[in-house]
Amino acid sequence: MDRATIAARIAELIEPFNKKGIAITDDVTFAGDLEWDSLTVMDFVAAIEDEFDIIISMNQQAEIETYGQLIDAVEKLQG
Amino acid sequence: MTDTLTTETTTDLFSKFDPLIQQRQALLDTGVTDPFGLVMEKVLSPTTAICSGRETILLGTYNYMGMTFDPDVIAAGKQALDEFGSGTTGSRVLNGTYAGHRAVEDALKDFYGMDHAMVFSTGYQANLGIISTMAGKGDYIVLDIDSHASIWDGCKMGDAEVVPFKHNDIEAMEKRLKRIPAGAGKLVILEGVYSMLGDIAPLKEMIAIAKAHGAMVLVDEAHSMGFIGPNGRGVAEDQGVLDQVDFVIGTFSKSVGTVGGFCVSNHPKFEILRLVCRPYVFTASLPPSVVHTAATSIRKLMHGEAKRAHLWENSRTLHGALKAKGFQLGTETPQSAIISVIMPDLQRGAAMWEALLHEGLYVNLARPPATPAGMTLLRCSLCAEHSAEQVQTIIGMFERAGKAMGII
Repeated sequence: MDRATIAARIAELIEPFNKKGIAITDDVTFAGDLEWDSLTVMDFVAAIEDEFDIIISMNQQAEIETYGQLIDAVEKLQG
Repeated sequence: MTDTLTTETTTDLFSKFDPLIQQRQALLDTGVTDPFGLVMEKVLSPTTAICSGRETILLGTYNYMGMTFDPDVIAAGKQALDEFGSGTTGSRVLNGTYAGHRAVEDALKDFYGMDHAMVFSTGYQANLGIISTMAGKGDYIVLDIDSHASIWDGCKMGDAEVVPFKHNDIEAMEKRLKRIPAGAGKLVILEGVYSMLGDIAPLKEMIAIAKAHGAMVLVDEAHSMGFIGPNGRGVAEDQGVLDQVDFVIGTFSKSVGTVGGFCVSNHPKFEILRLVCRPYVFTASLPPSVVHTAATSIRKLMHGEAKRAHLWENSRTLHGALKAKGFQLGTETPQSAIISVIMPDLQRGAAMWEALLHEGLYVNLARPPATPAGMTLLRCSLCAEHSAEQVQTIIGMFERAGKAMGII
């Protein structure tokens, strides 16, 4: 799966979690711009994990601050 | 190069706490008593104390089996003070293992019917030590998102990959176990009773899945020991799966009635942990009086059937009455000795807490981040020494305070 396809799928998944209707760009941060709390993060991560059949451990999540970094991480985890 | 030295302004490392300082101040400015500054001036029994000069029923102590004033327990502690002194001044692996430390580990082995027992200075340290030592680099820890702070801190201190799943969600747990790379070590961490809402875990189903995926299983039974299960061994015993649990973590600071933590296990190599587990090695061992009170208490809990039955009766009565009066509770049915009353927000929760204190009742006020989903809770923990009459008094206090505060 190429980066564009992954990005398109993640864009769909993020929609129900984007309660503030923020314009999603690679630089958008989850904690700062989207203001997600830990439970929202858990639900969103679960949705991503289920969609791509991967694990994003909390250790890996700590390195993912922006939307762009998430797409990169999913691409990498897909192998 | 000293001439290039410049003076920088100091960044106050405490500025990160400003939001909490402001929230706390705003709460105190409403005139409410500080819920986190209560002092018990005199303790009369496992269920009553003097707080601010007023006799108060204790309904938030985790003193489930009421062992803190048991005459045999007290006598054992006094005798140990006389015979072994006030403290060990040393690590368990150096000069800090006395006869009493062995005696309490033997009592735990008998209580659980297991081969090994290791006693830590607190329950927090037991989780911290066992989890961080056992799960290392390249291993995976799969755990419930509502796990206790000591479990999370154990994960943070170790080098394993940490994978949480939604609270008590069997399917979410299985999905994560399936995706772990082949050959990696796996540790599933569950709790028997989750202390915030007082709900229990479906251990039977979860442990079966964990084992099917080749994981080792650790269950924290802090809030069930002494009370749940035919022999008081916890939720895993109650659901008939204790023999499938690799490690049980527990505490002396609840049903046992003193302080300390432990891990029991049948793992043949378990004893090596005494040499490699840093929160076990690099701290002083428990005082002799503490381990002797704990050993005596644990042995008495083995014969606590009547107390267990009365505590269940108390839990059912209080849960049923509070529900009938219109309070929103953490569980549909009474599942443990914890009954959690859900408050609309922190301010009204604190006001209700204070109203109950004025009635002469102490409960725990629990608030985020300790609580799930940002809830404010009035957490009640019942004791086997609460009389049926006291439980009725408690119900009346809740009704009056709840009406006065507009909660019901």
